[in-house]
Amino acid sequence: MKSAPQGVRHLYVHLPFCAHRCGYCDFVTLVGKREGHGAYVDALLAELELEREVLAEGVETVFLGGGTPTFTEPRELARLLDSLPRAAEVTVEANPETVTPQLASLLRESGVTRVSLGAQSFDPRLLAVLERRAGPDDVRRAFYHLRDAGFDNISLDLIYGIPGQGPSDLERDLAAALALGPEHLSCYELEAKPGTRFVHAWGAELARQEEAMEGYFEQVVETIVAAGYRWYETANFCREGRQAGHNMAYWLGRDYLGLGIGAVSTVGELRWRNAPKLAPYLAALASGLRPPRELEQLDGPTRVVERLMLGLRLDRPVPLAEVAGAVEPGALDRLERLGLVQRTVGSLGLTRRGRFLGGGVTAELIAETPAKDYN
Amino acid sequence: MPLDRIRNFSIVAHIDHGKSTLADRILELTDTLSGREMREQVLDSMELERERGITIKAQAVRVLWKGRQLNLIDTPGHVDFTYEVSRALQACEGALLLVDAAQGIQAQTLANAYLAIENGLEIVPVVNKIDLPQADPDATAAEVADLVGEDPARVLRISAKTGEGVADVLDGIVERIPPPEGDPGAPARALVFDSAYDQYRGVVAFVRVVDGSFRTREELRAMAAGTRFEAEELGFFSPDRRPTPTLEAGEVGYVVTGLKDVSRLRVGDTLTAAHGGASQPLPGYKDVKPTVFAGLYPTDSDDYPDLRDALEKLKLNDASLFYEPETSQALGFGFRCGFLGLLHMEIVRERLEREFDLDLLVTAPNVAYRVFTATGQELEVHSPADMPREFDRVEEPYIRATTIVPKDYVGSVMELNNDRRGSFDHMEYLSEERVLLSYDLPLAEIVYDYYDQLKSRTKGYASFDYDVIGFEEGDLVRVDILLAGEPVDALSLIVHRQGALPRGRALVDRLREEIPRQMFDVAVQAAIGSRVIARETIKARRKDVLAKCYGGDVTRKRKLLERQKKGKKRMKQVGSVEVPQEAFLAVLKLDGDKR
Repeated sequence: MKSAPQGVRHLYVHLPFCAHRCGYCDFVTLVGKREGHGAYVDALLAELELEREVLAEGVETVFLGGGTPTFTEPRELARLLDSLPRAAEVTVEANPETVTPQLASLLRESGVTRVSLGAQSFDPRLLAVLERRAGPDDVRRAFYHLRDAGFDNISLDLIYGIPGQGPSDLERDLAAALALGPEHLSCYELEAKPGTRFVHAWGAELARQEEAMEGYFEQVVETIVAAGYRWYETANFCREGRQAGHNMAYWLGRDYLGLGIGAVSTVGELRWRNAPKLAPYLAALASGLRPPRELEQLDGPTRVVERLMLGLRLDRPVPLAEVAGAVEPGALDRLERLGLVQRTVGSLGLTRRGRFLGGGVTAELIAETPAKDYN
Repeated sequence: MPLDRIRNFSIVAHIDHGKSTLADRILELTDTLSGREMREQVLDSMELERERGITIKAQAVRVLWKGRQLNLIDTPGHVDFTYEVSRALQACEGALLLVDAAQGIQAQTLANAYLAIENGLEIVPVVNKIDLPQADPDATAAEVADLVGEDPARVLRISAKTGEGVADVLDGIVERIPPPEGDPGAPARALVFDSAYDQYRGVVAFVRVVDGSFRTREELRAMAAGTRFEAEELGFFSPDRRPTPTLEAGEVGYVVTGLKDVSRLRVGDTLTAAHGGASQPLPGYKDVKPTVFAGLYPTDSDDYPDLRDALEKLKLNDASLFYEPETSQALGFGFRCGFLGLLHMEIVRERLEREFDLDLLVTAPNVAYRVFTATGQELEVHSPADMPREFDRVEEPYIRATTIVPKDYVGSVMELNNDRRGSFDHMEYLSEERVLLSYDLPLAEIVYDYYDQLKSRTKGYASFDYDVIGFEEGDLVRVDILLAGEPVDALSLIVHRQGALPRGRALVDRLREEIPRQMFDVAVQAAIGSRVIARETIKARRKDVLAKCYGGDVTRKRKLLERQKKGKKRMKQVGSVEVPQEAFLAVLKLDGDKR
C-alpha cells in the first residue's frame, strides 16, 4: 500500500455503540451491545498497528465518531484514548444523556481537547420526533459538565427541517443553542432518505412544510452569523480560530486514516471502506489480518474533482492551480456572470449566494470525468 | 392474359366499414389463401395498420375468379391519403363503394367516391354488414344509389363477415367493371403507382402495365427521372410476392429494381424499355402539396443521422412526405416536415418511432402561410420561427369542411365552427336523421384541437372531411415564448390575434410548471413583437447543498454531483436556462396532441 510521502496526519476512529437508534440515523451503529466493547477496542488498536506505517510521525488531529463514542464503557474508552497517538486536536462526539461530570473529567484527563455535542434541538416535541433520548435540559446540563471539566472548545450539532418545525421553532432552537455560547456549531438539514421508517412516518408532514423549509438555510446562516460566528463551511460555524481541524483536513483534500467498522480511509490514490459488520471485523483482526474492505482507486483527476467539490464548501477560495483540470471553463464564465462564483487572482470561490446553491453550482462547474470504480 | 379477361379494381370505404374483411373473404373465396394461411386483415401488413384497423399503404393482390384475373388494389381510406388513393385509382377501371349498412354514408366515403368518379371509374355500390341487428340495408342502399346515380336494386347487399353475397361481388366486378384498355403491341409502358423499400432487394415498384409487356432481366428506364436499372424480378402479389417471367398490358404487379437510392425512382413515373422504349410517358400524377407542417427532432441529438436515414426510407414508401433540415436553438438539429394532414403526421411519427426505433420531439403543427412583406415580397412560411415579425399581410389556407352528423348535434357543430372563424356554406338533410354541414374554415383552426372538440361535442357521431380551397387574408400574429428574455424558437406560434392571449397564457403557465427552479429568477413570457402579453416568474432556488460531507461521505457525494452533472447535460439550454426534455414534451403535447 502506497502512503503519502509525508505520512497521514489525520486519524478517525469509529465507535459504533449506541443505547438505541434514533429514527433519522443512517450511520453504522450497533445498538444494545453493552458487552464486547473491550474486544472492539482491541481490534481498533490492532488495526492501528497494521496501518501505523502510513501515519506520519506527528498526527495533527484525532476524531472519535459514532455511534455514540461516549456510550462506550468508560474504562475501554480511556484505554483507547490512551493508546491513540497524541495530537493537538482530539475530538470526541458525545450524546447529552451520556455526559456526566465523571465522563467529562475522564475525557479531559485522556487528552481530549474538543467535544462535539449532539444537541439536535432544544424543543422536547421535536426531540421526540427525532427519537432522541435527551431532553433540552439534558443538553444544557451536559454542556455545563463539559465546561466545568475545563473544555474550552465545544461544538453543538443542530438539525433543522424536522417534521413539525416551523420558522419560529427554528428561531427558538437557534437562540437556545447560541445562549450556551459554544465555540462551534454544525447545522444540518434533516436528510430524510426515501424508504426509511422515518420517511414512512413523517414524509407527508415534510412535504407539507417543504415550502417553508426553503428559507431555513438562510435563516440559520443569518442568525448564527449575526451572533458573531464565521460561516466557514456550508454547514459549520465557529468563533474565530475555532474551526474543526479534523474536518478541515477533509475539506482541504488531505489524506486520512479511518479505523473501525464502516470507517473510510483515503491515502494517496487509494480509498477504502471497512465492511460495516462487527463479527468479521473482530475475527480478521484477532488473527492479525486486515478487516474486509471495499477498495476504490482514485485517479488524479478524481481527486482533483473532490478537491474542488470539498474546497468550495469553505469560505476561503480554492487555488485555481489545484483544481484547474476539474473546472469547465464555459461553466465558470456562466456562473460568474450569474454572480454565483467569484474569481480572484489565481483562485476561485463561491459568492454568498453561490454558497447557498453550492451543490448545483459545483455540479455545473465540474468538467466531466468518467467515474471509475474498482470494487 | 388477354386484356378482356382482366379486371382491375379498388375498394372505397370509410374506416371500419369492412374493407379489409371483404378483402380477406375475396382471398378465401378465390382460394388465393388456404384457411390455414388465413388471418385477419391479410393485406394490412404494417403493424400500425393492423392496430389501428386502417390501411396506410396501397396493396395490390391478384386473384383468379371464373377464368378471370382480378387485381385488387387496396387503398387507404382516410382523407389525408387522398393522394395515395388517387394514384391507386389511376391503376384501376372500377371501384367497389363499400358502405356500412348500420352507419350509412360518411364524410370520407363521399370524398373517395367523388375521387373515383372524377377518375372515370365504374362504381359498384355495395352495402356491407347486413347481418348486424341495427343494419338498415334498404335505407343505406337508397343513400348510396342516390350518391352514385344508380338503381337501388343494383346495389349489392352483403356481409363480408359471414361471406354472404361475396360471390355476387366478384361476379359484379367481372360484369360491370370494364376490362383495361391498352395496346399489347405498343412499346411497353407501366405506371408506378406505389413503391416499397426492401432492405435486401432495394426499391420495389408497384406498377400497372398499360401498353406492351415487360420481361425479367430486361433493362428498364424511368422516363421522368432518367434512371436505368435491370428488372431483377417481375411478379405479382398473391398476396405474397410471386415471381413471373413477364408482366403484360393490363396487368398489375411489381418490379424489383435493385436500386438502393430511394430518390431515383419516384412514384408517378413511367417505366419503359431502356432500348426501343416508348417516347411519351403516361400522364403523371398531380403533385400534392403538404398542408400541415411540424418540426421533428431526435430526443438524443446523436440520433440525427438515424432520423435523416429513416425519413429518406419513409419517403420512398410515402411520396407525399416532405422534409428539409431545420436547426432549432432549443431542440438542436432536426427536420421541418410537411404532411397531408394530422393523421398523416401522426402516422409518420409513429412509424419513425416504431419501425426505426427513434425517440422524437414534435413541435406544434402549423399550416403553410403566404406572407407579403412591406417591400412587396411574397414568402411561403412553413415554420413560425421563419415568420417575419413585421409584414404587410398574411394569407392562410382555407378548407371546405364537410361534417355529417345526426340532426341533434347540428347546433353544437355550428357553434364549434363559428368559434373557429368558420363561415357557413350550406346544409342538407341526407335522410330524416342525418345532416350534412358545409363550412369554410381556416385550416389552422382544424390543426389545433379541432377533432377532439368535434368528437366530444357530437359524442363521436360526427364524420368529418375537408378539401383545401385556397388562401385568404387573416389577422394573424406571431407569438414568441421567451425564457429569461431569450425567444424559444421551437415554441413560437402563428395564431389569430384573438387567440394569441389564451394560447400564450396556456403556454406560459405550463412552462412555469414544467421548468425546474434555476439558480436565478427566470421570466417566462409570451410576446407579440416587443409587447409582452403574458408573464410568469420561476423563482430562483434558495438552497441547493449537500448537507454534510465528511471523510466517509466523499465518494457518495462526488457520485451524486457527477450524476447531477450528467442530468444537466441532458437538458436543453435556452440562453442560460436549462430546460428538461420533459418540459418541452409537456408543452408540445399541450399544443400539438389535443385532438
